Amino acid sequence: MSEIRFTIDGRPCVARAGQTIVEAAKANGVWIPVLCHYEGLKPVGSCRICTVRVAGRYMAACTQPVTEGMAVENTAPDLEDMRKSLIEMLFVEGNHFCPSCEKSGNCELQALAYRYRMMVPRFPYLWPGRALDARAPRLMLERNRCIQCLRCVRGIRAKDGRKVFAAVERGPRVTIEIDQRLAAGLSDAEARRAMDICPVGAILRKETGFAVPIGKRKYDGAPIGSDVEKGAGR
Amino acid sequence: MGKPVIATASLAGCFGCHMSILDIDERILRLVELVEFNKSPIDDIKRFTKPADIGLIEGGCSNSENVAVLRDFRKNCRVLVSLGECAVMGGLPALRNSIPLKECLEEAYLNSPTVDPGERVIPNDEDLPVILDKVYPCHEVVKIDCFLPGCPPSADLIWEALTAIIEGRPLNLAYDLIKFD
Ligand code: SF4
Repeated sequence: MSEIRFTIDGRPCVARAGQTIVEAAKANGVWIPVLCHYEGLKPVGSCRICTVRVAGRYMAACTQPVTEGMAVENTAPDLEDMRKSLIEMLFVEGNHFCPSCEKSGNCELQALAYRYRMMVPRFPYLWPGRALDARAPRLMLERNRCIQCLRCVRGIRAKDGRKVFAAVERGPRVTIEIDQRLAAGLSDAEARRAMDICPVGAILRKETGFAVPIGKRKYDGAPIGSDVEKGAGR
Repeated sequence: MGKPVIATASLAGCFGCHMSILDIDERILRLVELVEFNKSPIDDIKRFTKPADIGLIEGGCSNSENVAVLRDFRKNCRVLVSLGECAVMGGLPALRNSIPLKECLEEAYLNSPTVDPGERVIPNDEDLPVILDKVYPCHEVVKIDCFLPGCPPSADLIWEALTAIIEGRPLNLAYDLIKFD
């Protein structure tokens, strides 16, 4: 298969035909932040954290395929600030109480805020009131922390392929619901996968929490994306 | 020129951030040499006796007294710092923010199983500060110049911020200094 040549911030890179900008960047040891994207799931490009600029146009790098000669801007200061502002919006839009959250230290939203040095969001807090759903035997859905990435909707299915999670309503009212019957049939491993697939602490396994001590959690030591930059993702 | 003056206050916080200030260990000896403390629960000075260079605010604003103290600090401090999650974003007290105040008060003072049945009253003495509809982060009440997140912020972050402000240089924020928990 012929190689595609393109650049990221001026650096020559190569890609395979059909690769998205995020995938190709990763193969070249360049990190582009993602949040609604999860490896193995079909990307939907809804959160826009991965926004890059090509020929003056903004595009979601998780859905956009690389083309020959493409010059991708990834770390321009205005792009990075726009990404930071998206992270800040997510923080004020939900109720994110990191000190009391089981996912703290393993949370992708928090890890992005750390990497982007978010000391305080620039927007006023909205304090929405969202209901918690703890009916499923192995799972808890804490909607106050949900960022509507739809990773659970796309990634968690029952044995017959039916979706366990669904998005109800649209826009600012969008809410995640659980199919209680299907959720009751989830094994412990599937419940664990649901918790892992959720980037934040909205999906939690019951009867366990704070299992990994502070200092040993995923993002305690090294910033999110540093594994990609070290080339570990190749 | 005299030493830089520091003032501190705990609003709707748990005093954990103040404990973290003390957690700078033996650096506290250098701090004492470097600065002078004014209004602060640490030295129990109740009123500003002179303007301060740095004001450290722990906790958000949950009642009218918090707002008055915060405004007093803004008036008297050159650099005002939100210290810790509660000052920065309301923190755990702000868990009440999506629940109507009336419901919160009824739950705490009328319906809670630990309330003495003969004492079911919502406190409303005129000497008590008025409780606000929500817990507000400090920067939604006055202008804040510097934010130090963390529950509590680590002693290293506090030390870095204090020395940076005193020396008039930008904060050097290593990755592991920024934590929200
Ligand atoms: S529950 Fe988690 S995985 Fe599902 S949409 Fe919300 S944040 Fe995304």
